[in-house]
Amino acid sequence: MKNVDSKSHVRGESIYLDDIPLVQGTLFACVYDSTVAHGKLKSIDTTEAEKSEGVVKIITAKDLIGENQIGGILPDEPLFADAEVHFQGMPVALVLAETEEQARHAAKKIMAEIEPLEIVTDPRIAFAKGDLIVPPKHFKLGDAEEAFKDCEYVFEGRADVNGQEHLYIETQGAYSIPTEQGGIKVYSSTQGPTAVQRCVSRVTALPMHQIEVDVTRLGGAFGGKEDQANAWAALCAVGTQLTKRPVKYALHRMEDMRMTGKRNPYSADYKIGLDKDLKIVAYEVVFYQNAGASADLSPPVLERTLFHCTNAYFVPNVTATAYSCRTNLPPNTAFRGFGGPQGMFVIESAIAHAAEKLNVSASEIQNKNLINDGDKFPYGQIAESEAVTTWTQANEKFDFAQFQKEADEFNQQNKFVKKGVALMPICFGISFTKTPMNQARALVHVYTDGSVAVSTGAVEMGQGVNTKIAQVAACVFSLPIDRIKVHTTNTLRIANTSPTAASAAADLNGHATQIACETILKRLKDVAKDLVEAQSADDVTIENGFVFRNGESTDLDWVTLVNEGHMQRVNMSEHAHYATAGLHFDWGTASGHPFAYHVYGTAIVGATVDCLRGIYTIDFVKACHDFGNSMNTSIDYGQIEGGIVQGIGWMTMEEVVYDAQGKLRSNALSTYKIPDIYSVPKTIEFIPLETMRENLAIFNSKAVGEPPLMYGIGAYFAIRNAVKAFNNENSPAFDAPFTPEKVLMNLYAVDFKKMKAGK
Amino acid sequence: MIKFVLNNQPVQTDLPAGMTVLDFVRYHKNLKGTKIGCREGDCGACTILVGELNGNSVKYLSMTSCLMPLSNARGKHIVTVEGINRPDGELTEVQQAIVDESGTQCGFCTVGFVMSLTGFCVDETEKSCESAISSIDGNICRCTGYKSIERAAEKLTQILNQKNEQSRLGFAAEKGIVPGYFSDIKNRLETLKDLPTNEFYEAENRPQTHDAKHGAEDQYTSEKSRTKIENRKSFVGGGTDLYVQNPEEMVDATTANLFDDSDLRFIEETNDSIEVGASTVVTDLLVSPIFRRIFPNLYAHLKLVSSTPIRNMATLAGNFVNASPIGDMTAWFLALDATIVFNNEREIPLREFYIGYKKLAKTDDEFVTKIRFRKNFSHFNFEKVSKRTCLDISSVNTAISLNVENALIANAHVSAGGVAPIPLYLRKTSEFLRGKEINDTTILEANEILQSEISPISDVRGSAEYKRLLARQLFTAHFVELFDYQ
Repeated sequence: MKNVDSKSHVRGESIYLDDIPLVQGTLFACVYDSTVAHGKLKSIDTTEAEKSEGVVKIITAKDLIGENQIGGILPDEPLFADAEVHFQGMPVALVLAETEEQARHAAKKIMAEIEPLEIVTDPRIAFAKGDLIVPPKHFKLGDAEEAFKDCEYVFEGRADVNGQEHLYIETQGAYSIPTEQGGIKVYSSTQGPTAVQRCVSRVTALPMHQIEVDVTRLGGAFGGKEDQANAWAALCAVGTQLTKRPVKYALHRMEDMRMTGKRNPYSADYKIGLDKDLKIVAYEVVFYQNAGASADLSPPVLERTLFHCTNAYFVPNVTATAYSCRTNLPPNTAFRGFGGPQGMFVIESAIAHAAEKLNVSASEIQNKNLINDGDKFPYGQIAESEAVTTWTQANEKFDFAQFQKEADEFNQQNKFVKKGVALMPICFGISFTKTPMNQARALVHVYTDGSVAVSTGAVEMGQGVNTKIAQVAACVFSLPIDRIKVHTTNTLRIANTSPTAASAAADLNGHATQIACETILKRLKDVAKDLVEAQSADDVTIENGFVFRNGESTDLDWVTLVNEGHMQRVNMSEHAHYATAGLHFDWGTASGHPFAYHVYGTAIVGATVDCLRGIYTIDFVKACHDFGNSMNTSIDYGQIEGGIVQGIGWMTMEEVVYDAQGKLRSNALSTYKIPDIYSVPKTIEFIPLETMRENLAIFNSKAVGEPPLMYGIGAYFAIRNAVKAFNNENSPAFDAPFTPEKVLMNLYAVDFKKMKAGK
Repeated sequence: MIKFVLNNQPVQTDLPAGMTVLDFVRYHKNLKGTKIGCREGDCGACTILVGELNGNSVKYLSMTSCLMPLSNARGKHIVTVEGINRPDGELTEVQQAIVDESGTQCGFCTVGFVMSLTGFCVDETEKSCESAISSIDGNICRCTGYKSIERAAEKLTQILNQKNEQSRLGFAAEKGIVPGYFSDIKNRLETLKDLPTNEFYEAENRPQTHDAKHGAEDQYTSEKSRTKIENRKSFVGGGTDLYVQNPEEMVDATTANLFDDSDLRFIEETNDSIEVGASTVVTDLLVSPIFRRIFPNLYAHLKLVSSTPIRNMATLAGNFVNASPIGDMTAWFLALDATIVFNNEREIPLREFYIGYKKLAKTDDEFVTKIRFRKNFSHFNFEKVSKRTCLDISSVNTAISLNVENALIANAHVSAGGVAPIPLYLRKTSEFLRGKEINDTTILEANEILQSEISPISDVRGSAEYKRLLARQLFTAHFVELFDYQ
């Protein structure tokens, strides 16, 4: 079953924010943003800009009717800089003009006087200064301190992992239109329509029922349009409120890159203790998260780093501490994996470190420590584990040992080209870790022509959630998929939604859709029961558009049934609610059962390094992945391939660079590189885990959005192994991404010192 | 007044000649299928096809509409996705292949892929999986990881190889890859042919603010290097640098279009040298039998230079005049010790063209008309390393030409980019190599001289230390590549 949107995508007929037909009188917005990362905002001079052709209004903090505040989790993020600026790219003023060109032209004429303050970009420095976003978070299982004393081997080290630019190809944007009685309708390119609604409500001081947020679809998001979409919607809405005119703002790429936050970079210190059989007995880790200038989503990202700090391993004694450190960078935010991948990178580094010192393969340590059924995660949840089964099935099918042997032989024969392989097991918890967010609603209408309209809180952003929801409705009603239409995500139809995030949208909204459809179906079966003279409604089924009685087809078709239902004044609409059962978590004890289930998998990654030039290719990724029972393989396989490549990008070429002044140097597609068609692995191959186990996913089809990204971490270690094959004396620092620069510098670490000495 | 054919419609417009085709089709013609991703030719979401009369037929090339001024559309056939969509709502073979292989997720980049692959279907090149992939090497997708798109390209290649004797365009029309009206485009373009193509376009009622020099191949320039806008007339080639550097100013700039000047687009061989017109684009080199003969690794080397749509637009002289220290084609021609000839017939060595950071030894009225280099070399190599191997800007690039006679280097020219404020001709290194044998000592000593000639700085493309090390490695790589030296 192909993505229901694919036909309109290839014909260029899908409607994204910038494609919405313009309403007459629309004004265009452009932000004037801070060019200083930290300072006191002394004055803003808009005189020249106001005189600029076409300018209708210039808005600053003082013009707001509501509160100057857009922080979602913590109220620590002003919409407009007021007394201070906290990062380069922070909005200072908004120009509204008759055309986009005029708005951009005028914005360049604004001047702000800013008295510089000290700029911090390094989380460890922020930590040393005590500048934390929230109090530290801790996980503790067993007693690591005590356990280290009995360990045969103990290794300590540091791991750093950089951020990642989302680089959705559609930039951020919003379009707000005045409605009657002072209301505002906002089209927004957001993963969180309710978050936008709340945020707009706050800055306009309008009650939420005055604000309608509508989302057709996103041209990619990856977490970057969760809370980060709020500002643009708020700016447009404020513009509409103050001018009574429609206001549109679709960001240019460089504006988007410099003004929005990215995946949180982390620096971490680890200590790992093993017994003589290579069992990990104790693990201690301290994470320093680079949160940027305000909370945004960094606190829950930090929490998920802790949730995944032991990846797919069972470690009986864990002490994990995490600090969310405030720096003068744009507020960092959600990105596919939501802190989990950063946590996993650190324990994989610790394992690689131990393996290197003990002169064993990292895979040996990985294999011996995979989590099993009944083992406890550091947060108390008991594992229903597929870690060992995916590991075993991956190796049965693809045989890591053979790849290793081939690489070793190749490396013996080749001086300037080296191969490296690595294994990467993953384990990712599915559910919002904030338990109350695990709820969703769906509104289903059956019309008198038999067609079905579905609205949910899920936002379609390429992940295929609309297709899965349509499948649910089509399956319950037993109708062809073209009889179902999944409509825009709209806060008037579905209220108080959780964002489309945490890989959970299909599960939550799919279940709500299922409940709504089943409720309507039950009513229609009652109608059908009399029409086909069945004993009870239980004897009635609907299959492929016809009513069946005791398993036998009748003449009663779906459309006739629906019409009869309407005549009998039966409710053929349903608004259903779903909340994931059994979830709880208490931060007081840092324990509970936060996840509906986990997704597991194991990947083998191979890399080749050109040791003359310091460049590399990722040759293959071969994995066994736990889909549960995929309800749509073409969508789910696409998520796997896309996730793997995005993860490899994060670990290799994608390098977010800020200078000491907090200025983004990798500020365009020419300076920030994401994988192109030539840089992806020649082979990506995977097999679905064969399992009969039940799970809480919709139709038993496990969430697939985030987990595969983490296979990409294997690319880092495959490259590292190849680099070590060339220069075994050098132990490359655990510092992702492994850019060609780092590769070359590590290959020639010794030579380089000589060059510097002038030899 | 600019006239051209947009899809199946004749267009004449008085809008500023400097407006991009992207803005024109989206916001003035309401053709919203063409998407805006980056406005700097780096994502391909805005890819369109540009058809141009070529002898008895129309030749179509993919281009990024974000960097293409309306003036460069004059007299051509501009094709957006709306121009290939079938009215019955059915999908073309290209579209169907992408749907069948699930090659679209969020859909935002998809139309760019559709257009690039459609261009692949109608160009006369050989059809292989490799060439299909190469046609979409300028299209970035953030969702799929490309594997599904690769499968779609493979499927499409199989279909295209069913062709018999007919032309590619004829076959594509027969298969419904392009609509029937394409068959009449040649005639329609003929009627537009007599219009002047090389006039100066005056901006309307606005101050003539603009810096431009001469279109460009290396589109990439750091923010710092964005040149001051001056009040003078200027020249535009492919626009691939100017529209990255000064997109807003370019709209109303007074420019002379050099892109469509057929007198500036040629490759000619004489007894001892080659002459190349200034507006020759990189793709012209790729398909030139002369270049293919002289540079055996031409495809492998030029694959490292930008992407298919940019190579279709970017002119050689544009790359030279842009004066980017990391211009790939500049490094290439420096190592050929090429000379450049201006419109007033003045001729200077390319290595004397650069007198400081973005400073050129030319007057405002001068523009490059041709490039000349001698064929007296036996070996040539080009090396480039960037964060991403393809469609990226060099951290360091270098080229070398050698004339080796009786195991001695009779003549040598070496260049390097990314290691100085200007594209660097390595004079001392080149001189040192002359008369030497190729052995360890020569390479080691030459490398030391090279290190004394370069002065890299740390930036987003790498630290100074890295660039020094990389320059050493890539210089060595020349000898590894050319002489299998280990």
